[in-house]
Amino acid sequence: MSSHMLELQNVHSFYGHIHALKGVSLHVDQGEIVTLIGSNGAGKSTTIRTISGLLHPRRGTVTLEGQSIAGLPAHQVAGLGVGQAPEGRWIFPKLTVLENLEMGAFSRKDTDGIADDLEYAFSLFPRLKERLNQQGGTLSGGEQQMLAIGRALMARPRLLLLDEPSMGLAPMLVELIFDTVASINRQGMTILLVEQNALMALQVAHRGYVLQTGEIVLGGDAKELQTNEQVRKAYLGEE
Amino acid sequence: MSPTEVLIQQLLNGLTIGAYLALIALGYTMVYGIIELINFAHGDLFTFGFLISLSLFRLYGATGTLVGFELVWLFTTVLLLTMLLTGILNVVIDRIAYKPLRKAPRLAPLITAVGMSFALENIFANWYGSSQINYPDFFPRIDILREWFQMDTYILFTTQDLLLVGVTIPLMIGLRFFIQRTKLGKAMRASAQNANAAAIMGINVERVIMITFFIGGALAGAAGMIFGNFLHTGRYLMGFDAGLFAFTAAVFGGIGNITGAMLGGLIIGLIKAFSDQYLAAQWTRAVIFAILILVLVFRPQGLLGQGEAEKA
Repeated sequence: MSSHMLELQNVHSFYGHIHALKGVSLHVDQGEIVTLIGSNGAGKSTTIRTISGLLHPRRGTVTLEGQSIAGLPAHQVAGLGVGQAPEGRWIFPKLTVLENLEMGAFSRKDTDGIADDLEYAFSLFPRLKERLNQQGGTLSGGEQQMLAIGRALMARPRLLLLDEPSMGLAPMLVELIFDTVASINRQGMTILLVEQNALMALQVAHRGYVLQTGEIVLGGDAKELQTNEQVRKAYLGEE
Repeated sequence: MSPTEVLIQQLLNGLTIGAYLALIALGYTMVYGIIELINFAHGDLFTFGFLISLSLFRLYGATGTLVGFELVWLFTTVLLLTMLLTGILNVVIDRIAYKPLRKAPRLAPLITAVGMSFALENIFANWYGSSQINYPDFFPRIDILREWFQMDTYILFTTQDLLLVGVTIPLMIGLRFFIQRTKLGKAMRASAQNANAAAIMGINVERVIMITFFIGGALAGAAGMIFGNFLHTGRYLMGFDAGLFAFTAAVFGGIGNITGAMLGGLIIGLIKAFSDQYLAAQWTRAVIFAILILVLVFRPQGLLGQGEAEKA
């Protein structure tokens, strides 16, 4: 049995007739931040959707602590402990901030634990507490990202998927989000981080993979990837 | 009757008609909110509520007006059974007719809903015949203002009107509480706003859809039974008319919006009552649809609707 928290082996996924993932293999170990970088359309979000069950792989295996989750509906994958802050945030616009957070804990019955995690989310993002009874749709982009991450944490997941958390945010907010991601990880959370902002992602991650047109072309230690010439040229904007 | 009395009478009529239309409208709007389907067969569940409740009364052996303890327990039992059975029927309809088309283009389930409506109407015609059906006065009919309050007035408000209001209003309050306050109600709103986001929260959206169909069907069933005890006549096609008005009410209030459906129902009820009185009954449909067209021209999202992206 594999000892990885998450493992994808030779995963092929399709959007209709488009072959979006062409044999992706990667793994995330307990306690790690692993980042998946790549340009627009490389298949990063497709990978996330394939893990979370919104998309089912046509071939290959996806396992969570050795248990196969490929082909399970999304709500069951969530129930097994995969939390997600999706690309575009997907805040429920007409639910209040508190109700959004409550939805994150939908599968849980432990009232006390939920109350603790609510306080934890507020300690990470005090802004959410100020906006508690405001509708999700009225929040700014940064606040919505905080809510998306807070909501995902409310499930007390084993694995946290973060899809483009920095997208569309001002540089100061980007730093705040990445600092928070690092701090969540220090408290033991395993994270798979998808980012276009490769520089920031590689600074916070332990390991990384580079995805290009549906294939993993490079993988390894985050520090090594930062100095890799190919990566610097293609994703860090250096000549 | 003095003109003031006529006015008050029509206000009362409008509110009672509006109350049961609102109950039907809720089913249209809840289902639309969650799977964007105009369930054209929904009006026929109202007919089913009328017919099945009548059958249940007959099965028990009731023929005339009930009194005392028997009135209370039998009426409550028949109401609950009717709601349960119409709710189940609506879930079954969804399972066999709409669920296989969940990922199909939106026109496919829409046409299926029209076909489902025809199928149900023909089943009803075979079951109860195609002529007018008499629904006896199971619930006692007392002129409240004259007999209870000794008021010297021609305004008629009977215990059967009271029953209609007394059943519909608590059901609507109960529904609002369920949707706004309970975990499942919140999950329902979440699924309507973004089904994929709801799924990754661990919400089983198909189960939420099932519950939505059940509640919508149960409310229409209650409306059908109360209507029978209020107007005492109906036939296999009655759901088409009621459904058309209720659907209009749902669009009027803002399709997908729960409060909008209740408000729309009451407004359509009032328009119907006033048009019946001050114009002529044959103009009522024209008036209702003219107003609907005006609303759609100047406020396409309906009175309380908030546009496509932000439903429920």
